[in-house]
Amino acid sequence: MIARFPVALSALGLLVSLLATGAHADNGIIDYFELSGRYSPETRLYPETPAFPDQRSHASGFAAEITAYMEDDEGRSVTITPFYRFDAGDPERTHADLREAFLLLYGDIGEDEWELRLGVDRVFWGVVESRSLVDIVNQTDLVEHPDEKTKLGQPMAHVTLSGDWGAVELFALTGHRKRTYPGRHGRLRPALVVDHSLTTYESQNEEWHVDLAGRYTGSVGPLDIGLSAFDGTSREPTLLPMLAGRELVLAPYYEQIQQFGLDTQLTTGPWLLKLEAIHRAGAQNARLDQTLNYEEEDYAAFVLGGEYAIYSPWELDSELTLIAEWTHDGRGRWATNAFENDLLLVARLGLNDEQSTEFVGSVLNSLENSSRVLGAEFKRRLSDSLSLHVEAAAYVGIDENDAAYVARRDSYIGVNLDYNF
Amino acid sequence: MIRVSSPYLLLALFGIFVAVLAWAVEPPLSRAAESAEEAGLRIATDAREREKGFGNFTASLNMVLRNKRGQESRRELRLQVIEVEGDGDRTMFVFDRPRDVKGTAFLVHAHKDEPDEQWLYLPALKRVKRISSSNQSGSFMGSEFAYEDLGASEIEKYAYTYLRDEPCGELECVVVERVPLDRKSGYSRQIVWFDQEELRVQQIQFHDRRDAHLKTMVVEGYQMYLDRFWRASKITMTNHLTGKSTELHWLDYEFGTDLDVGDFTKTALKRIR
Repeated sequence: MIARFPVALSALGLLVSLLATGAHADNGIIDYFELSGRYSPETRLYPETPAFPDQRSHASGFAAEITAYMEDDEGRSVTITPFYRFDAGDPERTHADLREAFLLLYGDIGEDEWELRLGVDRVFWGVVESRSLVDIVNQTDLVEHPDEKTKLGQPMAHVTLSGDWGAVELFALTGHRKRTYPGRHGRLRPALVVDHSLTTYESQNEEWHVDLAGRYTGSVGPLDIGLSAFDGTSREPTLLPMLAGRELVLAPYYEQIQQFGLDTQLTTGPWLLKLEAIHRAGAQNARLDQTLNYEEEDYAAFVLGGEYAIYSPWELDSELTLIAEWTHDGRGRWATNAFENDLLLVARLGLNDEQSTEFVGSVLNSLENSSRVLGAEFKRRLSDSLSLHVEAAAYVGIDENDAAYVARRDSYIGVNLDYNF
Repeated sequence: MIRVSSPYLLLALFGIFVAVLAWAVEPPLSRAAESAEEAGLRIATDAREREKGFGNFTASLNMVLRNKRGQESRRELRLQVIEVEGDGDRTMFVFDRPRDVKGTAFLVHAHKDEPDEQWLYLPALKRVKRISSSNQSGSFMGSEFAYEDLGASEIEKYAYTYLRDEPCGELECVVVERVPLDRKSGYSRQIVWFDQEELRVQQIQFHDRRDAHLKTMVVEGYQMYLDRFWRASKITMTNHLTGKSTELHWLDYEFGTDLDVGDFTKTALKRIR
């Protein structure tokens, strides 16, 4: 990861000089410059004794992220966001990443508009809350949070054409990022330690394979629709058990896959009805065959659900949101994640006060076995720049056939104090 | 002859005379024949018409939220608005403060006859989320302003009644009651004071669903832009039930910018700073 920094840095230098050259042509000034960021000390405690030796009972440290944004008088801009995480409990969780370093240009074509983003960026696709299913452009920064929603920066060229009819986006992606995994001392990890030095790729070009992706999004009255296609290196590795010296470790293997995705939402009154679905070809499932390899299996998966908002419940000037989502994976018990057939229920109460106080309670229930993950969250703004975030998760009755079995003793409570500037 | 019935005839002739007189004299005094509802609608329509034709503008908005004990918290946002012919305005706004929501942006496509479309951009996740526009009575960012108090008052959304003319401060005002037609509105009725000369809103009293006088909004510091358009520099909303208040300070109005409808799309929402 660190080795990629010189590449990223020189790309960065190129971006800034591009902007500077562009700016020079028209009066030679950066019209607007802004620095903003976040510093978050964090501590996470795991009260249960660990499932695997060497695992620690805490993860403490901080995350820091700074964004520099500069724009010239034509609206061309460069955004640069480095990120750093320090963790005293798990050295593998200590990592740096270039979340963003891109040049942004846009303009009109007749009635329509074009936009070009060139460089390292993050892109989100999807509508549901339980998991990121269609979202595939960026690699998951898994050590950040087990919800898999934090992403690593991805080098790309990203063109958008948009108009009243919607938007079409085309992506060319290279410089594949490896998924981060907690290390030997970390919690919420596989039974064996992932050894990134044993990473292999299906493509001969390894991480420099050029992945292609496209997406259409549009809105028709209450309906928002997204269609997407991806052809390239999978973001989700197959983890192959392998002997490294005397130790059995996991070697990540990144296949070439093709994925089609649909994400759609119907917004009507207090209801949001949502569907996300994918079909993926070329990936391997979680079933080991006699040669100790996993089987290749094409599959479909979906999340179906919705949100219902209750305004001013119990005569309070607040908002209660109820969420239910059913997640299903066509591979059943050989699914490579814990969402093979599950039901997520969430209740979120926003007090709508000056501090934006928010309470969240959730339960993720397996429909196949006794596994259950309970969640609770509390958020409150303490001042203009300080916010508090408390989060707890409890893994209850995790079945040994469930992909979450490795996390069965990793219930935790975490406290974050975010300083935003 | 006609002797027997002459008193009745005289009465009848007098009646016809009065009727003809009334008919002849009435047109110049049209206000007398206009019902209070028609007068209310005419005034509101006139006021709304005067707001139209601005094209687009950008502005900054600072909010000061005050609780009963006088403790303050602040919100800062910037917004851009564009008029769409035959439809509601399109508005995009982005937060600068508080810092934890910095970069959070909203896009609203307002409509006259159908529900507004609203999208929220969450910069930490780079996520655009379509959100429900049905929570009109909810508080905007913890302030005393509800979502329905903000934005242009489309004529079609209320039923109007003219109440009276009366002085308001140094100006002469016309007072109109308007009843929201949407059952999801948090109000049973609103009483609006327009100054007679320019038909600018000077004050609004908001009555809740139990018809209690819930809030009062006072508008100050009107300034004229593009020789036609009046914009307030300070709007204060006081909640009489909770004792809390919110001040809106409008700054840096700029009309006639080079914004077009392409700057009010989901794609544009993801790049706004």
